Amino acid sequence: MSDLKTLTFAFMDPPFESERTVTFFRLLDAALERGASVRVFAYEGAVALAFARQAPHGNAVHGRDAAEEDHPLTREWIRALQEKAAAKELGFEWINCGLCVDERGVNDVIDGCGRGGPPDLWRYASDAFNTLTIGTR
Amino acid sequence: MKVLQVIDQAFRTTVEEQDDTILWLTQSMRGAGGDLQVLLSGHGVHYAVLNQRQPPLVLGTWKQSQPAELVRDLTNLTESGVPVYAVREDLEERGLAGLPLQAGVELVSRAGLVELYEQVDQIWQW
Repeated sequence: MSDLKTLTFAFMDPPFESERTVTFFRLLDAALERGASVRVFAYEGAVALAFARQAPHGNAVHGRDAAEEDHPLTREWIRALQEKAAAKELGFEWINCGLCVDERGVNDVIDGCGRGGPPDLWRYASDAFNTLTIGTR
Repeated sequence: MKVLQVIDQAFRTTVEEQDDTILWLTQSMRGAGGDLQVLLSGHGVHYAVLNQRQPPLVLGTWKQSQPAELVRDLTNLTESGVPVYAVREDLEERGLAGLPLQAGVELVSRAGLVELYEQVDQIWQW
């Protein structure tokens, strides 16, 4: 039975490579804003979005140290969306493709992001009102 | 729920992953009970006329031992009951129309895509 208030997203792009990544996060935020729960299946490079060891850095060209630069990190975007969902009493689930994690060595993920496989995408999609897939280019 | 997987990019990371990641995903979800179809469009139609395994990558003394076997992967899909379609016009535009299609692959015209899309609940464009 499809849940009219849940949207599933399957995403393939890694952080820091494409505008699709930012657009993807904007879509997640918009979904939550409109009252939809969100389920994400991160596939291939997208599993690095939740990598816990992402670290901010300073930028000499900008003339700013790490604190001043406040470099964006996708793991913090995920955390912010988790918090937004909780505040709105909406669901926000995130599953990384386990094999994709292993081959990239990004096993250390932030809390709230799990490990799974394609059957989880099928389960997510089957339960959701609709699914948006964003493949890499 | 019935899903149409649309693959319009060919050979995306097939060397590194040793498969096409969307064909792999489809096969895996099929194993989990998913009701899926595959549409090869754009450059993806190259898969419909493949007749050999991908050659192994060789870098210095390193040689790939298990290159992608897309012919096998497509065959596994069709034999498991997953319909696989290829867009006729996309084959023609690439000079591939005269080549034999892989067993089980069905041609569909661009005009016929509407009917194909209407047969499924969701369309996943990869």
